[in-house]
Amino acid sequence: MENTKLVMRKYTMVLVLLLVTLFFTWVTEGKMLLPQNVNNLIAQNAYVFILAAGMLLCILTGGNIDLSVGSVVCFVGAIGGTLMVKSGWDIFSCMGIMLLAGAVIGAWQGFWIAYVRIPPFIVTLAGMFVFRGLSNVVLQGMTVAPMPGRYLNLFNSYVPDVLGGGKNFNLTCMAVGIIGCLIYILVIIKGCLNRSKNGYEMERLTRVIGKEIIICAVILAFTFRLAQYKGIPTVLIWIGAIIAIYAYITSKTTTGRYFYAVGGNEKATKLSGINTNKVYFIAYLNMAFLAAVAGMVIIARLNSANPTSGTNYEMDAIASCFIGGASAYGGIGTIPGVVIGAILMGVINLGMSIMGVDANYQKVVKGLVLLAAVIFDVVSKRERNK
Amino acid sequence: MNRILLEMKNITKTFSGVKALDNVNLKVEEGEIHALVGENGAGKTTLMNVLSGIHPCGTYEGDIIFAGEICKFMNIKNSEEKGIVIIHQELALIPYMTIGENMFLGNERGKKASINWNETYGKADALLRTVGLKESSRTLVKDIGVGKQQLVEIAKALAKKARLLILDEPTASLNESDSKALLELLLEFKKNGMTSIMISHKLSEISYVADKITVIRDGSTIENLDKRTDDISEVRIIKGMVGRELSDCFPKRENKNIGDIKMEVSGWTVYHPLYTDRKVVDKVSMNVRRGEVVGISGLMGSGRTELVMSIFGKSYGTNISGNLKINGEIVRLNSVKDAIRKKLAYVTEDRKENGLILSNPIKINTTLANLQAVSKHSVIDKDKEYKVADQYRIKLNIKCTSVEQNAGNLSGGNQQKVLLSKWMFADPDILILDDPTRGIDVGAKYEIYCIINNLAAEGKSVIMISSELPEVLGMCDRIYIMNEGKMTGELSGKEASQELIMSYILKSGEGE
Repeated sequence: MENTKLVMRKYTMVLVLLLVTLFFTWVTEGKMLLPQNVNNLIAQNAYVFILAAGMLLCILTGGNIDLSVGSVVCFVGAIGGTLMVKSGWDIFSCMGIMLLAGAVIGAWQGFWIAYVRIPPFIVTLAGMFVFRGLSNVVLQGMTVAPMPGRYLNLFNSYVPDVLGGGKNFNLTCMAVGIIGCLIYILVIIKGCLNRSKNGYEMERLTRVIGKEIIICAVILAFTFRLAQYKGIPTVLIWIGAIIAIYAYITSKTTTGRYFYAVGGNEKATKLSGINTNKVYFIAYLNMAFLAAVAGMVIIARLNSANPTSGTNYEMDAIASCFIGGASAYGGIGTIPGVVIGAILMGVINLGMSIMGVDANYQKVVKGLVLLAAVIFDVVSKRERNK
Repeated sequence: MNRILLEMKNITKTFSGVKALDNVNLKVEEGEIHALVGENGAGKTTLMNVLSGIHPCGTYEGDIIFAGEICKFMNIKNSEEKGIVIIHQELALIPYMTIGENMFLGNERGKKASINWNETYGKADALLRTVGLKESSRTLVKDIGVGKQQLVEIAKALAKKARLLILDEPTASLNESDSKALLELLLEFKKNGMTSIMISHKLSEISYVADKITVIRDGSTIENLDKRTDDISEVRIIKGMVGRELSDCFPKRENKNIGDIKMEVSGWTVYHPLYTDRKVVDKVSMNVRRGEVVGISGLMGSGRTELVMSIFGKSYGTNISGNLKINGEIVRLNSVKDAIRKKLAYVTEDRKENGLILSNPIKINTTLANLQAVSKHSVIDKDKEYKVADQYRIKLNIKCTSVEQNAGNLSGGNQQKVLLSKWMFADPDILILDDPTRGIDVGAKYEIYCIINNLAAEGKSVIMISSELPEVLGMCDRIYIMNEGKMTGELSGKEASQELIMSYILKSGEGE
């Protein structure tokens, strides 16, 4: 009994996601899970996944957020769009410049936050105004379009079906799904073998197998749906790579550990010989860098750079983190959790759009979901401490 | 004999199973200055919190009888209405408000929601004169010194029509002349019929102003001294404060093997990080040898924590000067990282605030100060981490479900052991332990003493700060005593006694 409770607590958001998905599938009479909609879920929310990964690091340091993200996305997109379309630069040097611009912005904000100890809220609020303004200056208030075809191929296209499946089925996509599952299973088995060899404590075997089966099933179902549409969206590769890298950093490296430590107890961390200023600096440097990546994705998705894009993106990222179980006081939160949070938001958005719910009400629902998730988090923690 | 103004009868208060107060009795006569003395953690502040309603009626046992009636205070407001006003150790004034605003905060003059500023400042000015302050009540609190702020606190208490004034270490942060002025003021009030209770560690002040003294030790009343009938000299008070027997609470240390001087500081001076003209540590010199346990005794605020933190990679203070030698060589430790590299470890005083990450598992806390040892190319080997933490769990007998348990869910003693394991894993030669047994039970204390002895037997140098005299006497080979930022004495473990240490502790550093 106690065990079931523990599992339930750990996977609450996964369950919620499952229920919400089923609910919308039922309400929309199955339209929710049509291949095209599954594809849209990824394409529309690509930026959320990328930004949320960076936002998690900021939040981990102590519930600090970065408000400038949306403006930075827009500004970086504006630079890239202008250089590519108006000046006709090579797309790869443009991408390099966009990433560099993100890093410079991050270093600027990070410096004030980490070394001068200006509250992040203030620094990034300032950034929000500054970079929104600068985007307008760069674009001279106008929309720049269309993006070069080669650029769109990188970010807003599909991986070609090299295996030559049928007309309505992308075999490559399915194959990637199957190979992915196999690799995943192999990694898990290797880890288990390693543990038993060294005599470490093992997780219960039934639970490991159960988890594996569920995850593989989800991967297969997902790739199957994508295969029925146009195959693997290129943007999925970018998202997948970013999520994998950040999941690795946060869970396996010393740098990642420092983020949790600073958020958990900054004084103790400092007295353990860790440079806490540097941790803050990296968090905000990285956030703006990822905002630049999101900017590259967004101009491809919109096939244009315009001075209003990116509005409220920071809020989507922040909401995903909190829905995904990050603590508003810092020190707690995981990348997989944040991914679930982002998918949940995406599902709610998509579901309501299919249902034809008014956009304003969609915002109301999103807000309430966020509030409910955090209330749940706080209350359940209080219960546990009793 | 005057009328009894306050009587606290058989007060017992428990904090999650631990008795902080055990059948304490206190009688205060009208118009006297009553001193409450005892070591840190003896229960003085808890007793005053019971009286003022911070610990509401129902959370303790016993009766409070004030001016002849039994009182059941639910909060501070209740007790203040009766005229019991407490002035806390830390000043509770808001720096960016005027003196007048502070004095009438929560007690505003005027009708309903609107404040009558003329009345406020008029009354405030009048009250300031009675405590001997010439400042205008429109001055911002941040612009006056600490001594004057303490007087503002008293004026604030008077504004509440106090009949009983409770001062919790009122002179702790004041210099000599400000303290003197404050004591004179209290005597002045006494002439006008005011009753006061004063908590203080400065026994000379108590001998000077108090009419009666109640000594509290380990949560119970030990004795009452009356100026008219008893001797209330400092020596007499000290005897009451420490008079406990040293039983075998301390494990014997076998194969003592004290070697050469490992670390030595000389002329060490540190200034306060914010008030940069205030000396917190003043020309301190000390040393520790291989395999030796050295104690630093002194009250909180005597500069002992500040001294060791400033040594530990300049974690505290500014303008640090003086020499630090390790193994006979002068070293400069500019960051905690430097200090760890030179094989220093500092087990912090406040394990919750400065020591552990309570929201993280034991294993993460264990490895935090030496994460490189369980990682390769900055990738953490989690299995190795688990193994290390588990070894320390067994070695130090940490009681937990597993090392995956959050540090926040452990008892104080076990948290302290986790903190010790964290620093032991960092593999230091010199361990600085800051009040390692504060707030933990006797059994866990014994285990921690054993750990300390083992470390010394391994040839490590241990510097141990402690508020408890028996502990210092029972554990240390040599004892340094600090007061007001200065070393006021050094005793060998053999010659030291509680009375001797206490007299050094209370000796002001200035007459040296």
